[in-house]
Amino acid sequence: MVNSRQLLILILCLMLGLGSSVAMAREQVATLRIGLTPVFLDNKLSILRIWQRYLETRLQRRVEFVQRQTYREITDLLLAGDINSAWICGFPFVRYANQFTLLAVPLYRGQPLYQSYLIVPATDGSTRDIADLQDKVFAYSDPDSNSGYLVPRVGLQRMGYDPDTFFARTFFAWAHYDVVIAVAEGVAQGGAVDGYVWDTLRQLHPEITQRTRIVNKSRKFGFPPLVVNKTLPDEDVRLLRHVMLRMKDEPDGVLLLRELNLDGFVSATPELYEGIRENVIYMKQAELDVRQNQLTIQDTY
Amino acid sequence: MLGRISLRYKIPINLSLAILLTAIVIGTVLIWRSYEEVRNDLFRSSVELGTVLSRTLVAPLKHDDVWQAYQILRSAGFRIYIVLDEQRRIFISNDPTQYPMLSELRTLGPEYSALQAKIENHASLTPFLHERAKDERLYVVIPVIDDGIQIANVIIGYPRTIYWPHLLNIAERVGLTSLIVMLFLIPIGWWVGNRTVDPLVQLSQVMSRVGSEQLEDINYKPLNRDDEIGQLGRSFDAMIGELKEKQNLEGQVIVSERLAAIGRLAAGIAHEINNPLGGMMNAINTYRRFGRSDRETESTMFLLERGLKQIHETVSALLVEARQESHDLTPEDIEDVRLLVQSDAQKKGLQLVWNNKLDRPLSLPSTPVRQVLMNLSLNAVQAAEQAGQVTLSVARIDGLLEIRVSNDGATVSNEEIGHLFEPFVHNRPGGTGLGLWITYQIVQQFGGDIFVHSEHGTTSFMVHLPLELAA
Repeated sequence: MVNSRQLLILILCLMLGLGSSVAMAREQVATLRIGLTPVFLDNKLSILRIWQRYLETRLQRRVEFVQRQTYREITDLLLAGDINSAWICGFPFVRYANQFTLLAVPLYRGQPLYQSYLIVPATDGSTRDIADLQDKVFAYSDPDSNSGYLVPRVGLQRMGYDPDTFFARTFFAWAHYDVVIAVAEGVAQGGAVDGYVWDTLRQLHPEITQRTRIVNKSRKFGFPPLVVNKTLPDEDVRLLRHVMLRMKDEPDGVLLLRELNLDGFVSATPELYEGIRENVIYMKQAELDVRQNQLTIQDTY
Repeated sequence: MLGRISLRYKIPINLSLAILLTAIVIGTVLIWRSYEEVRNDLFRSSVELGTVLSRTLVAPLKHDDVWQAYQILRSAGFRIYIVLDEQRRIFISNDPTQYPMLSELRTLGPEYSALQAKIENHASLTPFLHERAKDERLYVVIPVIDDGIQIANVIIGYPRTIYWPHLLNIAERVGLTSLIVMLFLIPIGWWVGNRTVDPLVQLSQVMSRVGSEQLEDINYKPLNRDDEIGQLGRSFDAMIGELKEKQNLEGQVIVSERLAAIGRLAAGIAHEINNPLGGMMNAINTYRRFGRSDRETESTMFLLERGLKQIHETVSALLVEARQESHDLTPEDIEDVRLLVQSDAQKKGLQLVWNNKLDRPLSLPSTPVRQVLMNLSLNAVQAAEQAGQVTLSVARIDGLLEIRVSNDGATVSNEEIGHLFEPFVHNRPGGTGLGLWITYQIVQQFGGDIFVHSEHGTTSFMVHLPLELAA
């Protein structure tokens, strides 16, 4: 027989056990790890804090932003499942389209699109095209960047140049911001940069951007998307996507978007990145041709 | 021009110039030393900085990571960093517009050609400083070494003006210190200069008066010091003394020569007069003995005889004959003269101080000596002021008889002294004008000397008579 006292203890135990299991459950789903790459001005910590709090409030779970120097590291973390989501460039998304799911795409100037800018130092008044930069020093942003690597290389290949020998020297600045700095300060005589980053930088630090000159702008490509991997349950993905898409409708979301110089987030299909995919295919083919040429030359001798 | 400036100014000016020169020399040395120190410090700190840099640059150099290397070197302030790769091309610099990537230093102008040549000729793996006066910058070159192999060079360039603030600061301090020291030293220099020169200036002023002024008026008191100026002063003083003595002697010689000439003239005339005079006297005696005499002739003869006697007396007085036979001079002879003078002295109410220091007879004829004493004493009594003082002393000193007679009458001028011993010179009414002439002649005949000194209301006569010669 169970007396009232024992019953009370039992209830208490159940409550405690239940409480602890709830706490455990919260602990398990607690942290949503989102990787960030320099596809935007990721060096503004204050915005990241606001954004983090914004997401934590909406998702009712802890959110952690993970930053690395290169796109590659974030892509690897996402592939390995160490992070759940990431804001990556369209180039790695195209490469791993079967492993990543599109979560949301930023809206920039009303479109989920952006351009790559070819910039030179403001003191250079003569350069009209990337072809004018032969035997100069050129700054790429990241080997996994569309706007900062793929676009200028494919551009050269389409003109019939081998990008590996076209410039006297190239280097990676690893961030679009640093590409602008490198060109502004004359380290490089040319650079390829994310147009959205350059435009945003011009609003925040015109003294930097006015030391550079945009030679030309590429055609429009799909804006670097937010993606998730398979680690996240569908309902979490849905909730996260819902929060992201609703951002432009929330007053604090609007403030945050203004800080990010974006108009909002929208959902999109992988077809948005068709342009990038075409470029990737073109580049691989061109590289293959070059290698074959070299092999042929070697065979001849 | 410079020779005409007085030593009074020249010495302090030279002293000031010496101080200034010393300050400049010390200042230059100090500035040079601190320049070297700053240079060494700069080199040391550059090598430290460069060593740290070269360690961090190894990885970017090996990985060809220009951007990382640039980020290490960015914002170096006034410094210039240039990293040369193994081919000595610019790998990266913190001012890529000035030092473009991949270019060679020699293409950047002569300053950098020289730097490149220096780097190529520098065999060892040690840092070194490259500085040339005409360059805009100085450079410290530090090799980047990985595993014992040089893979690059780090060049740190500084504007050469980096020294200036420090050197100016030192110069300012040295200048200020020198100024303060000079503010103290220059017045001291003036004082010392004046102190040194003052005796010389005094001496030169006194010297310039020699020749244009009477020697008696030139009085120089030599300084009591043993240096050259003291010696010069003493020599000058001695010279003035000797000049005075010489002038004195010359005066005395002139006087005694004149007196001797007068003496000879007088003696000659006296002899020439005495001969006919003796004849005339004999004629009168003969006439008186044998001639008839009436009253009128008698009175005429008397007149003639009296006139001739007066002529004889006068001539005899001129013809002083000292070597008359007489006994040796005794102390009592002197006392006799005192008695004779005493009454005249009492009449004038004079105080007669009589110092007779003789204690035994001297081998001098008493009569002429007594006459000398008599003449001088009576003269002194005559010359003395009413109720004044006459002092006489007689003493034997080193083979001499010394007679000193002095009175407190009116001072006799040098001009008057020159003619004092000439015959018929009257300084007072009633005298014959022959007293001092006779005295002088006696002293001369004894081979002695007579000195007159008249000053400050005291006139003294001093007579020296040699005892040997007289014997």
